[in-house]
Amino acid sequence: MRDRLQALNGPQTLGNGRAFWISFAVVLAGALIYPAWADPYDVGNSAYFLIWIFMALGLSLMWGYTGILSFGQTAFFGIAGYGYGVIAINIGASGGLTFVALLCAVSLAAVSAAVLGYFMIYGRVGGVFFGIVTFATTLALAAFLHQTAGPEWAIGKARLNGFNGMGGMSPLELPWFGGPIYLEDTALYYFVLLLLLAVYLGLRLLVNGRFGNVLVAIREDPLRAELLGYDVRKFQLAAFVIGSALAGLSGVLYTAWGQFITPASMGLPAAAMPIIWVAFSGRSDLTATLVGTFTLLLAFQTITIYSQQYALILMGAVLLATVLFMPTGLMVEIGRLIRRLHARATAGPAP
Amino acid sequence: MTAILEARGLHKRFGGLAAVADVDLAIEDGEIHCLIGPNGAGKSTLFKLLLGTYDPSAGRVMFQGVDVTRQKPFERVLHGMSIKMQVPSVFRDLPVSQNLVIALQRRLPRTGIEAEMRRLLALLELEEQAGKPAGELSHGQQQWLEIGMALALQPRLLLLDEPTAGMSTDETFRTGELIQRLNASGMTILVVEHDMAFIRQIAQRVTVLHLGRVFAQDSIDRIIADPRVAEIYLGKTDVD
Repeated sequence: MRDRLQALNGPQTLGNGRAFWISFAVVLAGALIYPAWADPYDVGNSAYFLIWIFMALGLSLMWGYTGILSFGQTAFFGIAGYGYGVIAINIGASGGLTFVALLCAVSLAAVSAAVLGYFMIYGRVGGVFFGIVTFATTLALAAFLHQTAGPEWAIGKARLNGFNGMGGMSPLELPWFGGPIYLEDTALYYFVLLLLLAVYLGLRLLVNGRFGNVLVAIREDPLRAELLGYDVRKFQLAAFVIGSALAGLSGVLYTAWGQFITPASMGLPAAAMPIIWVAFSGRSDLTATLVGTFTLLLAFQTITIYSQQYALILMGAVLLATVLFMPTGLMVEIGRLIRRLHARATAGPAP
Repeated sequence: MTAILEARGLHKRFGGLAAVADVDLAIEDGEIHCLIGPNGAGKSTLFKLLLGTYDPSAGRVMFQGVDVTRQKPFERVLHGMSIKMQVPSVFRDLPVSQNLVIALQRRLPRTGIEAEMRRLLALLELEEQAGKPAGELSHGQQQWLEIGMALALQPRLLLLDEPTAGMSTDETFRTGELIQRLNASGMTILVVEHDMAFIRQIAQRVTVLHLGRVFAQDSIDRIIADPRVAEIYLGKTDVD
C-alpha cells in the first residue's frame, strides 16, 4: 500500500512532499463539503469549470510532458460531444445506458485520435506542423458541422442542426435503488469531482512511472530516447491518444451538462482556450495545470458576465504575457518558489 | 574471430554526391576498431548508416549475423548496439540521476535500478552532480554521462562518434582508459575519431576513410607507418 502511494510521487510532479499532500487533502475536503453551504446554482457552475480540466490535463500530458503541441484538442472534444448526443438520442439512453453512451463517445474520440495521430506521427509530421494539422482538423470539423442545418443532416434520430447545435440528449443518469440519480447540479458536481480525482491521480502514477520517464525523455531529446531503445513514435502516439480521450471526456461531460453542443465548441476561440490555460498554468506539471485552468475559467466567466469581448481580449493578453515573461507558466513558477522556500525552512541553520 | 558488425557494399548518395561509396567494413567481435579520415571523408555518414538514422542508397548492414539494413535505430539498440553521438545528447533539463534511470529502466526491474545507477555514477565520477540538471554539467562531463547512458544498456557493441570532442587532454586520456577497461571486459567498440594521440592510445585496428571509400584497413602500427595515410590524413590536419 505504502509503495503504491509512493508511486504517485516522483520527478515529474512538483508537489511530492508531506506538505503538498496535506494541502491536497485540505483542498479536497473543502471541495467535498462545498455543496453543503453553497447555492446549487453555484455548485452546478463549479461542476462546469471542472468539466474542462480533463482536456487541459490531457494537453499537459502531450505538450508539457511529451513535447507534442496539439492546437486542435477541441476536435476530440467535439467528436465525443456530438458522439454522445447521437448515441444517447438514438438509443433513447436513460439510466446506466447514458454511461454506455459516455464510454462509446470517449472511445470514438480515442479512435479518431489514434487514426489521425498515426498518420501524423508515423508520417513524421512534427513540431509546429503537428499544431497546424490538428488546428486545421478542428476548424474543418467546425466548418463541416456549421453547414448541417438541413433535415438531410441527421444520424438516425439525431438532427445535427448546423450552426444552432444539437440538443435534446439526456443528461447522465446514475442507476440507483429507488430510481436513477440525474447527474445535474450537486450530483453532477460530485460525479465530476470524483472523476477528476481519479484521472489526476491516475495521470500522476503514469507520469512518475516508467512510461512518464520515457515521455519526458522524448520531450528532451527524441533521438537520444530512440538510441536508448525506445520506440519513440509509439510513445508519442500513446500520449496523443490518452490526451485526446481526456479531451473527449470533457466533451461528453459538457454535452451532458448542458444537453447541448454546437460547432462553436470546435471553432477558433474554443481551440485556443486549452492552449492558454495550459501555457498560463505551466504545461510541465499536472497540478499546476489543474489549479491554473480552474483559476482562469473562474476569471473568464466572471469577466464574461460584463463583456465576452473583454474576456477574450484578456485571455489573449494572458497568453502573450505568459509567453513573454513566464514561459514555464505562472503556477509552475509559484510551485517552484514554494518548494524553494520550503526547502530553506526545513534545512534550518547549519550545525 | 567473427565479425559482429559488417557493412557490405554500402552506398549513400545525397543528390549527385556519393558521401559513402562501396564501403565494406567488418568489426571483429571483441576488438577496438577506429574509423578515421580527414574532414568530409564520410565518417559521420557511415556512422549514421551503421546506427540506422540514415537509410543506405545501396548495400547491407549485418549485426550479429542478422540483416539490420531496414531496422530502425531503436531496433538495432534492442539487439545489442549502443550509441554515443558526436554532439553530447543528454536530457538537459532532467537530473543526471534520472538520465541514467531512463537508460537503465528498460533492462532492470525497479528494485535493481538504484544500485546500478550508483555504480555508474561512481564509474563516471559524477556522484556529486547526481541531482543537477544534466545541462549544467561541463562539456566533458556531459560526454561522460552520455557514454554512461550508452553503457547502461550493457551492449555487445558500443559505437562512439568522437567521444572526446571538446575534452581536456586529461579527460581525453581517462576516456581512453575507460574504453580500454570496457574492452577488457568483453565489449566490442567502434570509435570514430580525429585525435591521433587518442587513437594511438586505444586502437587495435583502424579503417581509414577517404572521399567516401575505404582507403586502408590495418593494425594501428601499420596504419601509422603507411606514408599514403600520412599524406591524405596526417599531412592535412593538425595532429597534437
